[in-house]
Amino acid sequence: MNHMVILPVVLPALAAALMLALGKTRPAVQRAVGLACTALLFAVAATLLAQAPSDMPQVYALGNWPAPFGIVMVADRLSALLVALTALVALAALAYAAQGWDNRGRHFHALFQFQLMGINGAFLTGDLFNLFVFFEVMLIASYGLLLHGLGAPRLRAALHYVVINLAASAVFLIAVSLLYGVTGTLNMAHLAERVAQVPPADVALVRAAGLMLLGVFAVKAALFPLYFWLPAAYSSACAPVAALFSIMTKVGVYAIIRVTTLIFGGDTGAAELTSPWLLPAALATLVLAALGALGAERFTGLIAYLTVASVGTMLAAVAAGGAAALSGALFYLVHSTLVIAALFLLAELLGRQRGIAADTLRAGPALLQPALLGLVFLLGAASVAGVPPSSGFLGKLMILKGTQDATAVAWIWSILLGASLITLVGCARAGSILLWNIAAPQPAADAAPARPGEWLPLATLLAGAVLMVVFAAPLKRYADATAAELLSRTAYIAAVLGPGQDRAPRALGKGGGT
Amino acid sequence: MEFLLASALGVTTACGVYLLLRGRTFPVVLGLSLLSYAVNVFIFAMGRLAVNAPPVIAPNAATYSDPLPQALVLTAIVIGFGMTGFVMALAVRARHETGSDHVDGAAAAHEKAHVR
Repeated sequence: MNHMVILPVVLPALAAALMLALGKTRPAVQRAVGLACTALLFAVAATLLAQAPSDMPQVYALGNWPAPFGIVMVADRLSALLVALTALVALAALAYAAQGWDNRGRHFHALFQFQLMGINGAFLTGDLFNLFVFFEVMLIASYGLLLHGLGAPRLRAALHYVVINLAASAVFLIAVSLLYGVTGTLNMAHLAERVAQVPPADVALVRAAGLMLLGVFAVKAALFPLYFWLPAAYSSACAPVAALFSIMTKVGVYAIIRVTTLIFGGDTGAAELTSPWLLPAALATLVLAALGALGAERFTGLIAYLTVASVGTMLAAVAAGGAAALSGALFYLVHSTLVIAALFLLAELLGRQRGIAADTLRAGPALLQPALLGLVFLLGAASVAGVPPSSGFLGKLMILKGTQDATAVAWIWSILLGASLITLVGCARAGSILLWNIAAPQPAADAAPARPGEWLPLATLLAGAVLMVVFAAPLKRYADATAAELLSRTAYIAAVLGPGQDRAPRALGKGGGT
Repeated sequence: MEFLLASALGVTTACGVYLLLRGRTFPVVLGLSLLSYAVNVFIFAMGRLAVNAPPVIAPNAATYSDPLPQALVLTAIVIGFGMTGFVMALAVRARHETGSDHVDGAAAAHEKAHVR
């Protein structure tokens, strides 16, 4: 058993405990320990990613209890990719936060590590109830991080965010326990087998549970009509936290991909369950998010809508079905996480040099570093809007090519391309106002230039997006292999439950004696 | 017993959802609590209803009840309790910062005059 699989969860958990113990020490010590732990996490995640293509998904049985009786952690290609992406974004966000944000409230570093633990756990777990637990770990840490620095708008946004997520958690629990009541298991691989075998009388219950799960994950992913909490929450969070949050909607997308391909995938009776809902919802998300981006009053609000738009793009591809579309969605996922995280960091740097105009889209004083920030903005905005040859362009191209055989191809293509155009106009408008619409020739009195410690993490994220273009071929091959692995399901199920022949399907309808 | 439990769950959930949709933070918190009670009992019921059936191996026990939902519900209760505590603290803090216990933080004009 490869202990590497559990490390992305254990490492941040230990680091968080250590951070709580170091709570009263000098900030420099906390930063050094936090950065060291996150760098170590990145090394672990990179190793997992390097091991991923070799063979079967790696399975870690907690306490060595065999599945489906014990809880398992599974690192397949998708999980390894997302854990590595999380570690990269976290490293950049933490390096940025170490320039001063972490001191504006208490326990920033501990909350940050707990957040990483929750995200990594959600990506790696192979058990549905455990997914709920890791969601909660991730959320409670995100509540703390969202409130970091306090202030009335942040509190208001946090209250909405907390309440909607708590309500979603309640629905999640109902769906999970309903699935358990029908199938008698919570292990995802085992569920995948059992859902295919449910007696016809119980199919409706499984469908209900499946749709409830979709609804819950749609809240996390910010899918229409459940995305209204996101713009307020993300645009009020402080910059490094918002950058880290760019991976949080991806947890919802991941959960949708995992559940629809694994549990309700294949030729199960409930296979056609989510597709009638997911595609219209994703396309509506895309339209509304593009309009939201066009009408945003603040730059952070614009980026928050870009986050929503990226979710719509990915899920439209996922809903269209097929390995090529899924592979495109995965490529786009990596791109949008990196670029949106970078844009959130940029928004703070821009806002700080514009005096009272801050990041509102109004004329402001001249910038201290127009060349640096303008170049970064150009790179980020072009990429997010999908201008060739950026990573966003490649991602959207892959999605367009992947969906060309889908039945709803006319809808998908027209909305995806139309939304890209609107996004481009929105970004151009924001850029021309922020960078060129100068009300006063002198920089604002309290303007502070971006220090290397601040723009380096930003440059790292954008360099990641540029490298995605340079190394597009190997990445595309990896995404293709991931999509094939997700859709075939057999490798995952066999890795978790062992070779299938000797495992006779047991009778369903447990609890005969009760 | 099934009918009693199912209708109790339904009524609790309905009350919870109604309170959740109110405009003030306190009813919202109450609604969340009611909702989590209903969910917890629902999880419990998914192990099927049984009377006098031990969840762990016992001598001369004829039937057993499913132990797993009982473990799940314990986890759900702990998480729900922590979350309720947190949202309560958050609501109080929001009341102090924004001067209103409305979930949008915006008091009606006459209320604002009254508060100041």
